[in-house]
Amino acid sequence: MNFDFSDDQKQLRDTARKFLAEKCPPKAVRGVIDGKSPYDRELWKGLAEMGFLGVAIPESYGGTGAGHLELCVIAEEMGRALAPVPFSSTVYLAAEALLLAGSEAQRQKWLPLIASGEAIGTLALFEGKGNPSAQSIKLAASNGVLDGVKKPVADGAIADFAIVAARTGSSGRETDISLFLVDMKAGGVEAKALGNIDPSHGQAEISFKKCRAEPLGSAGEGWSVISQVLDRAAVLLAFEQVGGADRALEMGRDYALDRIAFGRPIGSFQAIKHMLADMYVSATLARSNCYYGAWALSTNAGELPEAAAAARISATQAFQHCAKNNIQVHGGMGFTWEFDCHLYYRRANATALSLGSLSYWEDALIDRMRKRNAA
Amino acid sequence: MNFDDTQQEAAFRAEAKAWIAANAPKQYEEELKRSSLGRTVLKGANILDVAKAWQKKKADAGWACLHWPKEYGGRGASPIERVIWQQEEGAFGKLSFTFIIGHGMCGPTMMAYAGEEHKRRYLPPLASGEDIWCQLFSEPAGGSDVAGLRTRAEKRGDEWVINGQKIWTSGAHYSDYGILLTRTDPNVPKHKGLTMFFLSMKSPGIEIRPIKQANGNSDFNEVYFTDVKIPDSQRLGAVNDGWNVSLTTLMNERMSIGAGIATGFPELFEFCSNLMLEEGPAIEDRSVRAKLAHWAVRASGLKYTNMRAISALSRGERPGPENSIGKLVAGSMIQDISAYALDLQGAVGVLSSPEEAEAAGKFQAMLMRAPGTRIEGGTDEIMRNIIAERVLGLPGDIRVDKDVPFNQIPTKGRS
Repeated sequence: MNFDFSDDQKQLRDTARKFLAEKCPPKAVRGVIDGKSPYDRELWKGLAEMGFLGVAIPESYGGTGAGHLELCVIAEEMGRALAPVPFSSTVYLAAEALLLAGSEAQRQKWLPLIASGEAIGTLALFEGKGNPSAQSIKLAASNGVLDGVKKPVADGAIADFAIVAARTGSSGRETDISLFLVDMKAGGVEAKALGNIDPSHGQAEISFKKCRAEPLGSAGEGWSVISQVLDRAAVLLAFEQVGGADRALEMGRDYALDRIAFGRPIGSFQAIKHMLADMYVSATLARSNCYYGAWALSTNAGELPEAAAAARISATQAFQHCAKNNIQVHGGMGFTWEFDCHLYYRRANATALSLGSLSYWEDALIDRMRKRNAA
Repeated sequence: MNFDDTQQEAAFRAEAKAWIAANAPKQYEEELKRSSLGRTVLKGANILDVAKAWQKKKADAGWACLHWPKEYGGRGASPIERVIWQQEEGAFGKLSFTFIIGHGMCGPTMMAYAGEEHKRRYLPPLASGEDIWCQLFSEPAGGSDVAGLRTRAEKRGDEWVINGQKIWTSGAHYSDYGILLTRTDPNVPKHKGLTMFFLSMKSPGIEIRPIKQANGNSDFNEVYFTDVKIPDSQRLGAVNDGWNVSLTTLMNERMSIGAGIATGFPELFEFCSNLMLEEGPAIEDRSVRAKLAHWAVRASGLKYTNMRAISALSRGERPGPENSIGKLVAGSMIQDISAYALDLQGAVGVLSSPEEAEAAGKFQAMLMRAPGTRIEGGTDEIMRNIIAERVLGLPGDIRVDKDVPFNQIPTKGRS
């Protein structure tokens, strides 16, 4: 048994960590949070040059064709560094949707642009409150013309193209949903940036008014593709969350070792030690669940839906737990704008909601476990 | 990333599987499978006899204490082979509970500190289950603070004379031998005046009394020593170096990898799948599902953490520190899960007799046993200290009694 990443994959992780330590220090994250730029263009270019954007895109479409385990280790580092770039929308959602359902022409057009950093993509799924569901999709598509509003759309204001979930039927079944690919420069599309709790990643409202769009995949199969994309993205995002959780834990640990109060390092008080030990427990459980998700993702195993939900829940809990207690360990300084703790707190709480909230994935996990037990 | 055996591992697994299929006491398999938590009881058979017979059979064929050297009754197997054996032994492994302390703690301590003659004499019958060993460390005055123990050993000629009391000794009443930590010098700081011995539990002057636990069962004992004599040749390690010897023992206690740790989750999932509430099956209730999912990912997280440790063994590496979380996570899970299972039953959840209670009273029994799980073998707080200090590198607690002679340490709080 080797339930671990290979030496090459671990080396890739080290390379990514070194690259991001240099190109994506907290200062770079703050540049985006302070509104100087909607995302870090230099970093995005650098990621393309490193081959990180196309690591799971086949060579025939301009990627490096390495695979999803490689993408998992990069995702972890992206999360650890809080990289302020549209990586998850473009690579986990748009590229995966294209690979799953795109026509040959669509793949030929967009995947090389993703790998080279020339195109930002996203998935336009949500329409206001609530979790992912076929019923919640009201945006109508009729003869390839879209009308409706999507909100929130991650990185929607900077995207070059969006994959849009739309209603093409009224039977009340999941087959009423189809996917469309929209060039964001097309007529009838308008994106408006929205304020959000983690400004290092933009959120937008996109309005479609008589917007011409090309179908992505077969009509009526939209929901099935979305479900698969969400599962795949859940594993990848979970790795980002684990990376963030680990970094928040390290920050808390380092501060507890350095900070003296009552004449001793605060890390010698059991109240602090035990809080950090519990953070370690959460992060370790999440990492192990993520490894199983990575195995299922990379082998396209039948276990993927269950493994993805478990990874997603566990990593969401771990990142939120570590980020909030990192602030607690820091005390008052942790609540200042100047310290980086809030950057992780913001990301942890924002990431917990993208792809559907914790309760959505909890529900999904139990459904999937029941299905397995019944089989 | 894969779950496959190497060629060598596959060959070993096939050999183990074949031997188990041909030799295991199949008539008890179903009962052993069902007894997932708490005490294992077999109908119509004394479990101690069944356990001893199975252990002896394994030892005769070279399948006992696999990782021990052959000359001491083991097989000289690699750590990963030991894990594979445990996986294949499955429910029959539950029969090893009687030997866990002897094999896991006393044996390794003897191997590290006993003389060659003693090792050859005592270790093979320990491996084969013919002798059962217990561990005599904890005392009323020293549980987590085990170095605070007060049982005295005084040298008289070539012998040591022991007086004092131990507590929480599992299996003392059926043990043949024990390893015993004593105080030999009360005039020096507590860690510096301890000495370790091994002794026959049949020695004159030993009195064993079962402890009635909070759950009504008696799994542990108090052991009283009145002028018990131990020859100096049965000392393990140097005089007053017993603390270092005990660290070997305790380190081995926490090295158990391979056997899945009980969390209560599979039992709860099954229970909720079958339980009908007024509004329908429990598992379709939103709040039930949220709870189940919360525990599901903790259970799977432990399972895959264990697999990561096994993978390290398979590569010939030492497992990382992540395995130290197992007991801490599982202990409170069992407690929370059993309380929740009762909550779902409503008023009838108070009933505990197997004939009357839901799920044959298994959750009621779990609930009443759970407080002990969070204390034995290192309390939750000790486990958190270990993670904080050894894994995260945080400072040790400030020890106010560190440099104080043992006999000057206060023994009472509020007086």
